[in-house]
Amino acid sequence: MSDLMKVSSNPHIRSKAGTSNIMLCVVLALMPAAAFGVYNFGINALLLILITVASCVFSEFLFDMICKRKNSIGDFSAVVTGVLLALNLPPNAPWWLGMVGGAFAIVVVKMLFGGLGQNFMNPALGARCFLLISFTSIMTNFDCDAYTGATPLAVLKSGGSVNVFDMVVGRTAGTIGETSMIAIVIGACFLILLGVIDLRIPGSYIVSFVVFICLFGGHGLDFSYVAAHLAGGGLMLGAFFMATDYVTRPITIKGQYLYGVLLGVLTGIFRIFGAGAEGVSYAIILGNILVPLIEKVTLPKGFGRGGEKI
Amino acid sequence: MGARGTFTGGIHPYDGKDLSKDKPIKDILPKGDLVYPLSQHIGAPAVPVVKKGDHVLTGQKIADAAGFVSAPIYATVSGTVKAIEKRRVTVGDNVNAIVIENDGKYEEVDYGKCKPLEELTKEEIVKKVQEAGVVGMGGAGFPTHVKLSPKEPDKIEFVIANCAECEPYLTSDYRRMIEEPQKVIDGLKCVLALFDNAKGIMAVEDNKPDCVQILKELTKDEPRITVKALKTKYPQGAERQLIYAATGRAINSDMLPADAGCIVDNVDTLVAINSAVRENKPLMYRIVTVTGDAIADPRNFRVRIGTNYHELIDEAGGFKENPEKIVNGGPMMGFAIFDLDVPTTKTASALLCLTHDQVSEKEEGPCINCGRCVDACPGRVVPSRLADFAARGDKETFQKWNGMECCECGCCSFVCPAKRQLTQQIKSMRKMVLADRRKK
Repeated sequence: MSDLMKVSSNPHIRSKAGTSNIMLCVVLALMPAAAFGVYNFGINALLLILITVASCVFSEFLFDMICKRKNSIGDFSAVVTGVLLALNLPPNAPWWLGMVGGAFAIVVVKMLFGGLGQNFMNPALGARCFLLISFTSIMTNFDCDAYTGATPLAVLKSGGSVNVFDMVVGRTAGTIGETSMIAIVIGACFLILLGVIDLRIPGSYIVSFVVFICLFGGHGLDFSYVAAHLAGGGLMLGAFFMATDYVTRPITIKGQYLYGVLLGVLTGIFRIFGAGAEGVSYAIILGNILVPLIEKVTLPKGFGRGGEKI
Repeated sequence: MGARGTFTGGIHPYDGKDLSKDKPIKDILPKGDLVYPLSQHIGAPAVPVVKKGDHVLTGQKIADAAGFVSAPIYATVSGTVKAIEKRRVTVGDNVNAIVIENDGKYEEVDYGKCKPLEELTKEEIVKKVQEAGVVGMGGAGFPTHVKLSPKEPDKIEFVIANCAECEPYLTSDYRRMIEEPQKVIDGLKCVLALFDNAKGIMAVEDNKPDCVQILKELTKDEPRITVKALKTKYPQGAERQLIYAATGRAINSDMLPADAGCIVDNVDTLVAINSAVRENKPLMYRIVTVTGDAIADPRNFRVRIGTNYHELIDEAGGFKENPEKIVNGGPMMGFAIFDLDVPTTKTASALLCLTHDQVSEKEEGPCINCGRCVDACPGRVVPSRLADFAARGDKETFQKWNGMECCECGCCSFVCPAKRQLTQQIKSMRKMVLADRRKK
């Protein structure tokens, strides 16, 4: 009888949540934005997404094989990275850009640091910044069949006027997945309802960003200016899908609020005072690097030591 | 700082209480030998006062306390002392135990006449509890008379009856409150008699509205006792979380409930206090839930301490399916046993038999830093990091991150999507730190 029984330390029951389920939810939540991107920009967008995802998954597979690690592609985290990176590429980018970016994201940013859970920087964002620096002209050229000319944020920066409604729907130039605020928010709501992400970081990020541009944007409390900034560029995609990346955000609850505020302020600084029109990617990457410090100053106090309420 | 009726963190696992909650408590008589381990409590093991071959009666003392923090043990049947030898207990150790051969006559000792509660002095009440061998029956096994003797009794403001029963599957306290609520209340009154400035709070989780109603009805003329419905959430019955939910006072791991003016006793303990004080009866019985999806007829039993676990399983109809895991206690904080040939002790609250072991079904993966453990942790610490420090043996950082505030409730391991053994790692580290502190 005793050989049949299993023993282990408590607890003896487990919740249903699993790493691969969570990653699949994130992939699903990114689908509205991806679908809108394909609808908006055409078949090349779809090809780029597929190539980037394939590149990420294959890089992880190859890396695991060469390093004799246990195959880890089953956790779907490489798929998440692939989709996120693709959504951050210009729709007319050449196919090899997605391939190079995907391989860089997985091998350099994630696997070399120890794989899932060990990377200090969001792999998709790390790769995006690598591509921005290495292939600047391709990465900042948003001309395509559907749209020519500057992105709404660039227009805004040079003092022009933009159509906020088009920006909210997503009928503007930009990267594949960032243009449609509606599609992104639908995906985000799905994740929030499932409890995969919460509003701590996106909420504090967006609120502090709005406060910052009201104070320093030079337009005061101009509704359409604020709305254009919210709907434009990578803010929504960044706030809901990249700033909330588990691995590279603080784990402490207070730290998450602080991180959100920091991202809001940094994005504001980059967008208003920086040379370029965009700022979300660099803000989040800088935030990623500051995570250990943020955690250090926001260590929970513990029950009975003043931390019981938080 | 008001009482909020709940605490921050916690989880809502499948509670499994429907399996056994509607079946009345059944008395069972032991058939085989009874085994009384000398260490069924926290503190020094008891010292046998009988020897091999002695004839004993039900309710006769067979082992005496070995100091203040210790508790005596009583025979729960009449019969002959067969041996005093090492026997296996639930945790798997072999410890010294008294074995009694049951003669099936259940001849009882004369417990003597009892003065009414009002005529007893406080010292007499504590003495009776001490003599009866009452220990914390929620699982800790801390001698109750020690708890009832705080340094400054005048500063005790609340006596909390822990009627939360937050562990999934367990229904022994629930049945007790439905069937013998007056005994629980009378037990609480015995404790209240010790502390002039204290109010009694009966803290019940709100998934037991029938208990709340019964207790409210029975205590409506008791000015010193209130019944409080607390939010249903595991681990509502953990001592520190319970005190916080019921009174708004938060104690840390270095403090005792008495430091916050509180005394906490669970349902079965209060009933034991009641029979010790009002009937001179020692602790001989406890209610045990025998349940789980492997059990044919899950239910609660009034068990004589010392009864073999095999007999409990048989009384519950045996196994309808082969169990993969058997847990002594609830699924969150109980421990898995590998041998059923062990006796019921004072602290055995349940025997949970599961056909599937959810722990070994899933493989452990890397931490993805999702923070679910942080949100679930009632100790308000960061379990995933504490487990990392524990794995590295980094005691200093472990303590700096308030690792000692962990109450080992198991919420972190439960919610972890990577299926990490967080609780286990933190528990082992806490043991090491506590051992170091004792050395100093």
